[in-house]
Amino acid sequence: MTRILLVLGVLFLWAPVVLLALYAFSASREPFEWGGLSLRWFVALAGNERVLEAAWLSVRIAAASATLATLLGGVLGWVLARHGPFRGRALFGALAGAPLVLPEVVTGLALLLVFVGMQTLFGWPAQRGAGTVLVAHASLGAAYAGVLIQSRIAALDPRLEEAAMGLGASRLAVLRTVTLPMLAPGLGAAWTLAFVLSLDDVVLASFVSGPGGTTLPVFLFSQLRLGMTPEANALAVVTLGIAGLLLAGFAWFRRRA
Amino acid sequence: MGGGRPRAARHLIRALAWIWLALLVALPLAVVATMGFGTAQPGIPPVRLPWGAEGWQGSLESWALLLEDDYYLGAALRSLRLAGITALCCLVLGFAMALGIARMPARRQPLWLGLVLAPFLCGFVLRMAAWVGTLRDAGWVNRMLGHLGLEPLRLLYTDAALLVGMVHSYLPFAVLPLWAALARRDTALEEAAADLGASPFTVFRSVTLPLAAPAALASFLLVFIPAMGEVVIPELLGAPDAVLLGRAIWAEFFQTRDWPLAAVLATALLALLALPLAVQQRLSVRR
Repeated sequence: MTRILLVLGVLFLWAPVVLLALYAFSASREPFEWGGLSLRWFVALAGNERVLEAAWLSVRIAAASATLATLLGGVLGWVLARHGPFRGRALFGALAGAPLVLPEVVTGLALLLVFVGMQTLFGWPAQRGAGTVLVAHASLGAAYAGVLIQSRIAALDPRLEEAAMGLGASRLAVLRTVTLPMLAPGLGAAWTLAFVLSLDDVVLASFVSGPGGTTLPVFLFSQLRLGMTPEANALAVVTLGIAGLLLAGFAWFRRRA
Repeated sequence: MGGGRPRAARHLIRALAWIWLALLVALPLAVVATMGFGTAQPGIPPVRLPWGAEGWQGSLESWALLLEDDYYLGAALRSLRLAGITALCCLVLGFAMALGIARMPARRQPLWLGLVLAPFLCGFVLRMAAWVGTLRDAGWVNRMLGHLGLEPLRLLYTDAALLVGMVHSYLPFAVLPLWAALARRDTALEEAAADLGASPFTVFRSVTLPLAAPAALASFLLVFIPAMGEVVIPELLGAPDAVLLGRAIWAEFFQTRDWPLAAVLATALLALLALPLAVQQRLSVRR
C-alpha cells in the first residue's frame, strides 16, 4: 500500500517535469505539442539575449549572496553555538531564525520598505537593482546557513581544539588549522543551500529589484504570465543537464576523496 | 580566561552579528508594522509616513479598511483553507511515501529520497511552467483527451490546478521530516504488536502513527506556514478571482501602490501565523 502510494507520489512529482523536458525536442511552435524531432528551441534559447543576460546575472547574484550568507551565517552559528548564555541570547536566536519562517511576501515587502527608507534618509542604496537583490538573498541565506553551521559547530569535538591549544597553537592557528578544516563540509553545504535559494527566488527579487536587476526566475515569471513558448522547455532541459552534471561530479569527487 | 584581546574579538563578532540582525531582520519588521499607520498618496515613495516634522500624523484608515471590507476577510479565509488543504494533502501523501521509503532496506533509501527531491533540480518557475503547459486549454492533458475523442476540460486557472501546483511544490518538504522520524522508529515495537495478534492496520494505527505524531505535526506546519503567504503559484495556476492574502499584498503593492494597506495585510498575515509559529517553535525546542 505505502509502496504503491510512494510510486504514485514520485510519478506525480516527475510527470510534468519529464513532459516539459521531452517536448523541448519538438519542432512545434506550441509548447507541449509534438511536431517532429528538432533542436530549434535550443537554438532559439541560445540566441535569446534577455534570457542569457538574466541567467548570468542570477548566477553572479547567487554566488555573491551565497558567499556573504556563508560568512554571516558562520558568525551567527558561531555566536549561538559558542558564546554561551549571553544577554539577549533568546532575542538573538529568534532574529537569526526569523527569515526561515516568515512568508516571502512579508520579508520582501519589509526589506523593500527599509531600502526605500535608507535611500530617502542617506541616499544609499542610490538605486535598487542587483545590489539590493544580493543583500536580500544574503539575509535569507544567512538564516539557513546559520542554523546549519550552528549544528555543525555544536557537533565538533572540543578536545581537538583544546589539544591544539595545549600544544601551544595560538587561537588564530587553532581556528585556521583545526576548526575551519573540520567545518569545511558544513560551510560548503551552507554555501550550496544559499546559492540554490537565491537562484530559485522570485518573490524577494521582485520586491527589492529595480532597473538592471531582473534575475532569471523573475524574468521567467513575467514571461509565463504573458504566455509560454517552447524555449521554457529547452531551458528546463539545460537546467536539468547542468544540475545533473554538477551532482554527478560531486558524487565522483566524494567517492575519490 | 586571561587576555583582553580574545574577549574583545568575541564582543566585536557578536556586535557585528547584532548589527546585521537589527538592520535586516528587526528593522524591516518594525517598519512594516509602522507603515500600516501611514497614508497612501501619489508620489515617490507613494506614502505619507505616520510621523513627520510635526510629530505623529498616522492614521488608522488602512486598519479600518481591513476590518470593514469583506474582501480581505474572504482572502484570509481562502488562504487558511488553501494552506490547510495543501498541508493536509502533503501530510497524507507524504506520510505514505515516507513510510514506503523507511520500510525499504537502508541502502535503497537514499535512491528513493533522491527521486523525491530531484524534480527540484529543474527550478521552481520552470516546474510551474510544466503545469501551465500540461493543464492549459490547448495543453497536454486536453490534447490527450482530444485523441481519445473526449471533450476538453477547463483545468488551468481553477482551484484544482492551484491545489495540484501547491502540493507538487510542497510535497518534498513534508516527506523529509517524516522520513527522518520513521527511519529512526524502533521496528521491534511494531513486531511485538504483530506478534501479539494485531492486524497490520491496528499496528499502524496504534504503534506507527502515535510514534510519528510529532513529526507529522511538524511537517504539516512546515507546509502550512509558507503556503499561507504563497504568491507565485496562485498567480500562475489559480483563478484570477481567487484572492489570497499573499496575492492581496502583492496586488496592493505592485498594482494599486497602496503601501500602507500592503503593510497592514502583511501584519495581519503574521498575526494569523503567530499560533502555528509558536507551536512549531515548541516542537523544535523539544526535539
